[in-house]
Amino acid sequence: MKLVRNLLDSTKGLVEKDGKRNIFFPLWDALNTMAFVPGHTTHGGAHVRDAIDMKRTMVMVIFALIPALLFGAWNAGYQHYEVALGMESTLMDNFLYGMGKLLPLIIVTYAAGLAVEILFSWLRNHPVNEGFLVSGILIPLIMPMDIPLWMVAVSTIFAVLIGKEVFGGTGMNLLNPALTARAFAFFAYPQWISGDKVWVNTIAENGQGVVDGYSGATALGQLATTVGKGMNNPETQSVVNMFAADGQYSIANSFFGFIPGSIGETSALAILLGAAFLIYTGIGSWRIMVSMFLGGLSMGYIFNLFAVNEFMNVDPLHQLLIGGFMFGMVFMATDPVSAAQTNKGKWIYGFLCGFLGIMIRVFNPAYPEGIMLAILFMNVMAPLIDHYVVEGNIKKRLKRANA
Amino acid sequence: MQELVNLFVKSIFIENMIFAYFLGMCSYLAVSKTVKTAVGLGFAVIFVLAITLPVNWLLENFILKAGALDWLLGAEAAEGVDLSFLSFIMFIAVIASMVQLVEMIVERFAPALYNALGIFLPLIAVNCAILGGSLFMQERNFGNIGEATVYGVGSGVGWFLAIVAIAAIREKIRYSNVPAPLRGLGITFIITGLMGIAFMSFMGITL
Repeated sequence: MKLVRNLLDSTKGLVEKDGKRNIFFPLWDALNTMAFVPGHTTHGGAHVRDAIDMKRTMVMVIFALIPALLFGAWNAGYQHYEVALGMESTLMDNFLYGMGKLLPLIIVTYAAGLAVEILFSWLRNHPVNEGFLVSGILIPLIMPMDIPLWMVAVSTIFAVLIGKEVFGGTGMNLLNPALTARAFAFFAYPQWISGDKVWVNTIAENGQGVVDGYSGATALGQLATTVGKGMNNPETQSVVNMFAADGQYSIANSFFGFIPGSIGETSALAILLGAAFLIYTGIGSWRIMVSMFLGGLSMGYIFNLFAVNEFMNVDPLHQLLIGGFMFGMVFMATDPVSAAQTNKGKWIYGFLCGFLGIMIRVFNPAYPEGIMLAILFMNVMAPLIDHYVVEGNIKKRLKRANA
Repeated sequence: MQELVNLFVKSIFIENMIFAYFLGMCSYLAVSKTVKTAVGLGFAVIFVLAITLPVNWLLENFILKAGALDWLLGAEAAEGVDLSFLSFIMFIAVIASMVQLVEMIVERFAPALYNALGIFLPLIAVNCAILGGSLFMQERNFGNIGEATVYGVGSGVGWFLAIVAIAAIREKIRYSNVPAPLRGLGITFIITGLMGIAFMSFMGITL
């Protein structure tokens, strides 16, 4: 630690305003505040006093993501070697395979996003924003692993530039930047981000081709194929069997995460570990998580009551364990900037996120990632919810004061 | 009944006037600075759409369309009479008179709102969302007056939702450090685009 301090101190003269290398000041400042808690405090506006600051908060979220990240890396290898190709492979093989896919994504995302951030910090004379620390790791976790890297770069740049910087940087954005990147990629390059082929790498290795009858479809992709067919159709029945207790997408497999999907989203268990950490440290809002869970669950029950196809007939709890619901609930909907700010507003916001998420997923089989779009939609509506919650409070208090 | 509910939901979310057709943008951009005025204008648009669509539907089906005059002249005399070239001017006339009515009501019962809305209240008369609603009604050949009314109310509610949501967002970003060239309308256009992405979630749902 001392070494870092010395290094930073010795270079301080170079990067300061009249120093020789002042062009690097944003970078220096970012490293400095990252490694050590800075002495200065925020100015303007009202603030809560706390020992933790933005950078420390963001790092906590990254810690919370580690279980999902490690498990996802292993699962990528597992799906590739053992499920798709039917080969034997060790835990280490699987893990290294997944890391080999994940690391380039992370590096490209950070490079692209930070380039925009640093450019803006020069142009607009503000320090590099902390927010990208988390977005930069969320984006690789929700992208298909074989998506071309330039697409990731373009989506990231779009998200940081249009999603965040034009509003004035971290803390001002309207939509969750990571989801903006995902939505951009989803609408701009649909063939790379949806369908059966993108989630598991099925390229033959050592002459070992894909196992007969294997399909790389996600659980949601399989369910979407049942829409419009009768419930007694044999193809529908074969999909239903995949969701039975001994099937590929059984409730246990979906909970532990042995199913195809993007790297971060498959394991509900790993995500819940992260959630426990976020709630314990007080960084993630438990109100949003709980209400979103309830919202999804109640929509699931409503669909069960009126089920006309097998997609609507999935057990509500099982419905929440597949696809991106858990990941969205814990890491996306709880984004403190784009979520509702008031406590009552958080309940409404979270509930509608879950409710709409399951609804879009089922009604719109073209968009299996309904969760992403539902959260974006609620991000747009969050200021309105807050507005009315605040208005309601004002009215209530006025009434009390006047009574 | 189910068709009516479907049509209602569809016209609010899937075929939203703002985010699917980008109609009625002028007052949407200009009056969305505060939630309060946005709510007022939103209700005015709902009201005008809900009145003009059924009235225009009656005009369309009993006067303008080819063969619509049969009830008056008898099928033989009305043979070949097609007044649909008059539909623009008729629709506009209905809309303009309805807007006058709304204006009088608002001025009488909510003078504060009347002042806040300013020129934009009379301008509803030339709001493209209103005429657009009538023209979509004509194009889609709604079977009865109920469908036309539901479609009108639904489109109005969709427009209301859009303007109120963006007004809340604009109130919120008043404290943001938006780059100077983008302040005001620039950032509003960007927000509208991002909201469009969010509304994309409903596109393609078939009810």
